[in-house]
Amino acid sequence: MKLVVAVVRPEKLGEVLEALFRHEVRGLTITRVQGHGGETERVETYRGTTVKMELSEKVRLEIGVSDHFVEPTVRAILKAAHTGDVGDGKIFVLPVERVYRIRTGERDEAAVTPVG
Amino acid sequence: MNAADTAWMLIATALVLLMTPALGFFYGGLVRAKNALNTMMMSFAALGCVAMAWALAGYSLAFAPGSGWIGNLSHLFLHGVDLNPLGTIPHVLFMAYQGTFAIITAALISGAIVERMQFRAYLLFLTLWSLLVYAPIAHWVWGGGWLAKLGALDFAGGTVVHVNAGVAAVVAAVVLGPRKDYARQATLPHNVPFTLLGAGLLWFGWFGFNAGSALGANTTAALAFVNTMLAPAATLLAWTLLDLQRGGKATAVGGATAIVVGLVAVTPAAGYISPLSAILLGLIAALPSYFGVLWRPRTRLDDSLDVLAAHGVGGTIGAILTGVFAQKLWSGAANGLLFGEPRQVLVQIVAVASAAAYSAFATLVILKAIGLFMPLRVTDRTGEGLGLDVSQHGEEAYGTGEGAILVLPELVPPPTAAAPAPAGERA
Repeated sequence: MKLVVAVVRPEKLGEVLEALFRHEVRGLTITRVQGHGGETERVETYRGTTVKMELSEKVRLEIGVSDHFVEPTVRAILKAAHTGDVGDGKIFVLPVERVYRIRTGERDEAAVTPVG
Repeated sequence: MNAADTAWMLIATALVLLMTPALGFFYGGLVRAKNALNTMMMSFAALGCVAMAWALAGYSLAFAPGSGWIGNLSHLFLHGVDLNPLGTIPHVLFMAYQGTFAIITAALISGAIVERMQFRAYLLFLTLWSLLVYAPIAHWVWGGGWLAKLGALDFAGGTVVHVNAGVAAVVAAVVLGPRKDYARQATLPHNVPFTLLGAGLLWFGWFGFNAGSALGANTTAALAFVNTMLAPAATLLAWTLLDLQRGGKATAVGGATAIVVGLVAVTPAAGYISPLSAILLGLIAALPSYFGVLWRPRTRLDDSLDVLAAHGVGGTIGAILTGVFAQKLWSGAANGLLFGEPRQVLVQIVAVASAAAYSAFATLVILKAIGLFMPLRVTDRTGEGLGLDVSQHGEEAYGTGEGAILVLPELVPPPTAAAPAPAGERA
């Protein structure tokens, strides 16, 4: 099992989710986050106060998948979240020691396999 | 000159002016958070550029004597618009009151082109539109133009304001094209309470719009005032029942929309029909707009906030029903179909059709002309994707301030071509 962590542009989230569901990746968690990945800074002005925004809004997806699902998941995100500009985000694939499904107590492979 | 009339018209002018910020809240709540400021600014901006265009030239084109088609330039730069009475109120007050109508009418169009239009092109569009489209049509109906002579009834602007803006909105939506996310991703309202707040404030301001159109503190104003209360109430009830019957749930966005539809529909009729007729008119007006709002998202017409269904359709129904329900007994003005004057309905249809045709043509020409000199739309990725608040205004509606680094004056980045250098650096 692996944990796929992806950080993507918020405006690309819809396309990413669509791509994931098309590849039958169904269990995921998202969080709204802010980060910095080398994007050009945005300058904002409020009355006389000018600020550089060093952090950009991003969305982080966390997806627990069994090993043979890692490739389709990563490829789906790579394609759907891509714009070609700096700031498209990252994908991290991490090893996972154990997974439990709380409802049934199932563990590991069984716990990350969608029901039905 | 009459002191009571003047007092009422001072208040009515302020009430109508408030409708434009109210519209900003109504529209602002319906868009996504990243476009909230831009959408609200599309209304607020009209308070600046349309008011200026109106005072300097638009008022003259609309209300100066002239041909049946347009006023002459005798009131250009407010020439001759002084403290002498026009009717029973000072001439300047009449000019200001009518100016608030020009402002809200232009701002209404913005609902069809949110989340994608370049702000500088929008400013130019608003200004030109108020001079070249609003002013002539106002002249036709209220400035002694050909529709006035034909006997068209438009108490507070069902045709001049709402049909006009609704049709212009559709043309603008077609010229600009749909948002890149339209019909691909859900584009949901980000703040429905704003929309309800806007609808409530619009209703409040509309008492000045309709009852103020009597141009005095008199019985016609009282009639228009009561009808402005009853018709939207009936529309709201009808809309809620339709919602309950169709989906099982009375929606808040639906309720806010219903209030606006009812207000639009009663606008041309307010001072001409009985209160019971106003209730009927409000009930009837709910139907076409309700189904219009359901139909539009199934099309490629990205009239994003349904200006056509609310203002175009509501205004048309209201204008035609004015020709049905008008009652001399109440208004002293004219009778409609139900009271022995079937011809009035035809006159109303001619007024709506001619205003719609001119508005569509002139709006198309203005937008195409502006498009020759500057882009009408923002770019897909850095404009629409990032949101227009940041790309057009350099501000965020709901910024957290996290990650914001204060730029001290000497550290301001070198000016780009668009921004002139600060005075210190030019020396």
